[in-house]
Amino acid sequence: MNIINIEHIAKIYQVGSEEVHALADVSLRINKNEYVAIMGPSGSGKSTLMNILGCLDTPTKGLYDFSGENVSQMNDNELASIRNRQIGFVFQTFNLLARSDALHNVELPLIYAGVSSHERRERAEAALENVGLKDRMTHKPNELSGGQRQRVAVARALVTNPSIILADEPTGNLDTKTGADIMRLFHEIHEAGNTIILVTHEEYIAEHAARIIRLRDGLVERDEEVVNRFIPV
Amino acid sequence: MKNFIFEIKEGLLISLKAIRANKARSVLTTLGIIIGVASVVLMSTAIKGIDQSFQQGVASLGSDNLYIDKWAWFDNDIPWWEMRNRKNITMEDFKAYKDLAKLPISVAPSANSQRTVKYQERSVQFVSITGTDYNYINTTNLSFDEGRFFSELESNGGRSVVVLGSEISKKLFPQGGPMNQLVKIGGNRFKVVGVLEEQGSWVMGNWNPDNQVYVPIQNIFKYFVSRHSNSITLNVRAENSQMVEATKEEALGIMRRVRGLKYNEKNDFSINQQEGLLTNINQTVGVIQIAGLLITGLALFVGAIGIMNIMFVSVKERTREIGIRKAIGATRRTILGQFISESAIICLIGGMIGLAVAIIGSMVIAQFDFPVTVDIDAVILAFTISLITGILSGLAPAYTAAKLDPVDALRYE
Repeated sequence: MNIINIEHIAKIYQVGSEEVHALADVSLRINKNEYVAIMGPSGSGKSTLMNILGCLDTPTKGLYDFSGENVSQMNDNELASIRNRQIGFVFQTFNLLARSDALHNVELPLIYAGVSSHERRERAEAALENVGLKDRMTHKPNELSGGQRQRVAVARALVTNPSIILADEPTGNLDTKTGADIMRLFHEIHEAGNTIILVTHEEYIAEHAARIIRLRDGLVERDEEVVNRFIPV
Repeated sequence: MKNFIFEIKEGLLISLKAIRANKARSVLTTLGIIIGVASVVLMSTAIKGIDQSFQQGVASLGSDNLYIDKWAWFDNDIPWWEMRNRKNITMEDFKAYKDLAKLPISVAPSANSQRTVKYQERSVQFVSITGTDYNYINTTNLSFDEGRFFSELESNGGRSVVVLGSEISKKLFPQGGPMNQLVKIGGNRFKVVGVLEEQGSWVMGNWNPDNQVYVPIQNIFKYFVSRHSNSITLNVRAENSQMVEATKEEALGIMRRVRGLKYNEKNDFSINQQEGLLTNINQTVGVIQIAGLLITGLALFVGAIGIMNIMFVSVKERTREIGIRKAIGATRRTILGQFISESAIICLIGGMIGLAVAIIGSMVIAQFDFPVTVDIDAVILAFTISLITGILSGLAPAYTAAKLDPVDALRYE
């Protein structure tokens, strides 16, 4: 079943008198419980594609259908709602609220979803336990290691039971070992039935996924199954 | 609706957290609002105090009174030279009027002079001396601290007796015991037979009974001013406020007859009323009000600009935070609400502190006999203006925050 169906989308920026085609013409489909990596050198349009996939931005042209909803025509509020309910973000720089503890950071999307404080707390605690941070709930981000921060971010992404997890260079700010731990966590999440889209420029990170989409100059260069997929143990 | 209340509640919690995180800045910003609210509250209570004090002063003179005088007190339509050329109102006019008038419950003549009043080594200069007769007290609402007003006998005989206003008594007899002492007024001895109760309306100046002394009217003409060169005032008290107009009509007719005016001649006297005084007072208070509120409003406005400024800085600094919140599902409205409630809370806290400052300030000012009390109206005023200031000054920065593009905000360093 398709979760994401993109048809001929383009993103054009006006820079002075010049038109810049960040995305020229991209079409792709992503199914439920897929594990997809999006790769490409800088300037290939992978950030733009990620923003559009994450409903942070809308395409200039083309159609974006997210599990039956036409995202390309949505207004700000509808986009906010779909981000809140359907998408879990994991960023390279973690993007946690510095002044709030782990628990509150994980609760935040539930606040915006209008979940009662009691249920919120239960779900946030469960999500943190799930990523192995049961004993770090009251710690603030600056009291946590990089790996732990990223785990909090993953917990925040998972807590709303989103349709897709969108991870943008999730290991970019981590050392190799911690990075491997996070990738193992993603593997587990995927095994549990979640759909993951991983944006990276590292080949060995991308090989954790089952499918790699390579972009170049705003076009899909290749879209293929990973032959020697790396399965963490 | 439920969702909206929920959002407000969450917005308030988020805001409180943000305010606590920036303590020093919040305190400094709040200072502007504290000063603004404190000055608005103080000013409005002071104006109220002034107004009350005027009203009280007028009431102590009696509000159902008419004053028949050569001069029109509050009427600017009659040229002053015309009034100057009027015949003086004399004691004979008074007697004739008193005989003919049926409606007033009390009538008394009065003539004024200013003299130094002395007791032993103590003296008060430029005291307003009112000469009148025993009926005068019945034309006022004055009451006594000690003693009595002069009697019919003392009045008719023009005895050297005096009734002191409370302020004069305090100055001459700081140790008390003024009764039956001899005070010197312009060098002549008078026996104190009574001291009036304090009226406390400081705004009335020399008009205030507190700052006056009363003697039988004959003494005024004997010692201080010539009977022939001085016009007297007739103090007329109507039975009640409904009777004021009728009493006035009657007075008009009698006075025209007494003064021997022909049908085509204009009145050569004026009948003055408290109403004129009240109009005058209300105008004065109105001017003070506008000027005062304008100035204090300016202080509040400066405070509001301070809040707006700091909220803009706050939005700029927290661009990334806004980006994160938007990415995980905060709508424009949520962000708008968050920042508006933050500035509203800062202003409310400032407003409450400002109110406390105003209450303390009014207590200090009250020590100087200035009538100010902060009442429930002032509390509501402080609460309302700080809330409105907070919301208004938070509006523009909050809007800036709400319309941030999440992609740009997340990239912001």
